[in-house]
Amino acid sequence: MSELLDLYQEVILDHRKRPRNFRSMENADFQADGHNPLCGDRVTVFLKVHNGIIEDVSFQGEGCAISIASASLMTESLKGKSSQEAEGLFGKFHDLVTDESTHGEEGLSLGKLGVLAGVKAFPMRVKCATLAWHTLHAALAHENKMATTE
Amino acid sequence: MTIANMAAEAPIVSVPFEIERVRADFPVLRQEVHGKPLVYLDNAATMQKPRQVTEAIDHYYRWDNANIHRAVHQLSERATQAYEAARNKVQHFINAAQREEIVFVRGTTEAINLVAQSFGRSRLQAGDEILLSHMEHHSNIVPWQLLCEQTGAVLKVVPIDDSGELLLDEYERYLSPRTRLVAMVHASNVLGTINPAQKIIELAHARGIPVLLDGAQTVPHMPVDVQELGCDFYVFSAHKMVGPTGIGALYGRREWLEAMPPYQGGGDMILSVSFDKTLYSDLPYKFEAGTPHIAGAIGLGAAVDYLEALGMGNVAAYEQELLNYGIEILAQIPGLRFIGTAQEKVGVLSFVLEGVHPHDIGTILDHEGIAIRTGHHCAQPVMERFNIPATARASLAFYNTKAEIDVLAAGIKRVGELLG
Repeated sequence: MSELLDLYQEVILDHRKRPRNFRSMENADFQADGHNPLCGDRVTVFLKVHNGIIEDVSFQGEGCAISIASASLMTESLKGKSSQEAEGLFGKFHDLVTDESTHGEEGLSLGKLGVLAGVKAFPMRVKCATLAWHTLHAALAHENKMATTE
Repeated sequence: MTIANMAAEAPIVSVPFEIERVRADFPVLRQEVHGKPLVYLDNAATMQKPRQVTEAIDHYYRWDNANIHRAVHQLSERATQAYEAARNKVQHFINAAQREEIVFVRGTTEAINLVAQSFGRSRLQAGDEILLSHMEHHSNIVPWQLLCEQTGAVLKVVPIDDSGELLLDEYERYLSPRTRLVAMVHASNVLGTINPAQKIIELAHARGIPVLLDGAQTVPHMPVDVQELGCDFYVFSAHKMVGPTGIGALYGRREWLEAMPPYQGGGDMILSVSFDKTLYSDLPYKFEAGTPHIAGAIGLGAAVDYLEALGMGNVAAYEQELLNYGIEILAQIPGLRFIGTAQEKVGVLSFVLEGVHPHDIGTILDHEGIAIRTGHHCAQPVMERFNIPATARASLAFYNTKAEIDVLAAGIKRVGELLG
C-alpha cells in the first residue's frame, strides 16, 4: 500500500486535478503530438523558443493521473531552460523513473519532478510518466511524425 | 438467455458445480498479490489453466514426445493418436459434422487470417464487400483490411446502438449484391454483447452469403453448436478456454475448405512433391503445414474434456448469475458507468469511473490483488463509438465467486477514495 501512496502523492493528485499550463498555444514555435498506443493516452506539447531558450511551454491531452501530472510538472520545470538543458532533464527524469540506483541524489536534483520517483515501482506505468517527455523531445527535434512511447 | 429470462428461470441454480473443488484445480488462484488474495478477473484476455491441462501437456513432453504423422515408431504413434484425438474432442465440443472440418491453427487471429488469405484472396475482386460490425476486435478487422488492399474489396461496418447491440435492420440493409462474406464477432470482448448469430446467418444465407463467426469469447462461456448455427466458419483460441496459448481452431464447412487453396506450404500438407507439381493432402492437413503445436493441441483436448465435465450449460448459467450480481453491485458505485448494456451478454463488465482514468483504476486494483484489464482491449473502433479513450474491464469465468465481485466493488470504492 505504501508503494501506492508513493505513486499517488499529494503533489501528483494536485497536478492531475489542476494541470498547469494546460492550454493550446497560438503561434507556437514547435509542437508535437504524442500517443501511447497501448493505453490510448494522447498529449500535444507546445513550445515557444527564443534564442534557444524555452520561453513558454504548454500541453493538452487526455490520460491517466500519472501522464497528466507528469506533463504538468514537466511544463513547470522547463521555462527558462535551453533546449539542451531540457533534453538533459529528460535523461535524468528517465533514469529517475526507471533505474533503482538513481534514487535519492537524482531525485533531489530534479526538484519537484522527484515526486514521480514512485513510478519506478510500477514498470507498467513508466510509459505514462514519460509520454510528455518523449513528445517534448519530438517537438524540439522538429519531428513531424507522432511521438510514441513504443 | 436474456438477463430477465435468467432471473425467471434459474434463481436457484446458484452453484451448479462445487466451486471450491473447481478452484482447487487451478493452483494459480491460490496465491497472494501485493499481500492480498488474487482475484483474477481478466478472463476475456486469457483464462487460467487447471492442472488437468498442464498435466496433459507435461505428460506428452515427458512420455510421448515425437513428431506426428511420420515415423512408425511407438512414440510417434502415441503422439499422433493424442493429437488426432484432440481434433475429435474439438469436433464434438462444437458439434461439427466431420473431424476434417477442424483445422488446428495458432489461435483466433491466425484462423481469420487463414480464411481471409485462402477463401478471400481466391474469391474476392475489386468492389466486392466484406461486412463487419462496429464491435469487432482488431483481429477481425486488420486481416480483412489486408485482403482489401490486395483485392480492391471494401469493408462495410454495421453500426451498433448505445447499449452495444448490433442494429439488425441496418445489418439487413448493408447486405448487398456485392457482399461476399459476413465476418462478425459472436460475443464482444469489450461490451459482452452476444450477437444474434442465428439471425445474422439466416439473413446472409438468404442472399447466398457465407458467414464467419469469431467465437473467442463464446466457446469458453456457453454451449456452441456450429451445425445448429449453420455458420460457414467458426474460429476460437484455446487459451481463452482454459487451454494453452499458441493453439486454436478453425471450423470450416467441408465444401468451403475443399474449394479453398492452401494457406501455407510445407511439410505434412502434401501428398507428393516434385519440382514440377505438388499434390496437396486431404482435409484438414491441407491447412496444417509444418510440424504443428502438438502439445498445444493435446492441451486443448484436455481443456475441452475439462469444460465438458463441468457442462457448458452449467458454466453459462453460473456465469450469468455472477454477471447479474456484478451488474447489481457495481451499479451502486457512485460515478460508475457501464459500457455495454446489451440484453444478452457474456460475463464482461466494462466500465468507466467519472474523473478517473482506467489505467489508474487498474493500478490501484492490482494493489488490492485484483487483476482486471484496462485500455482499448484491441477494439479501438468501439472506444471511438462510445467516445472514450479506454475502459476498465472485469471479465468473469466459472471459477470466480460472488465474494470476489464484492472484493472488486470494495476495490473500486477505494479508487474513488484515493483519486476522487
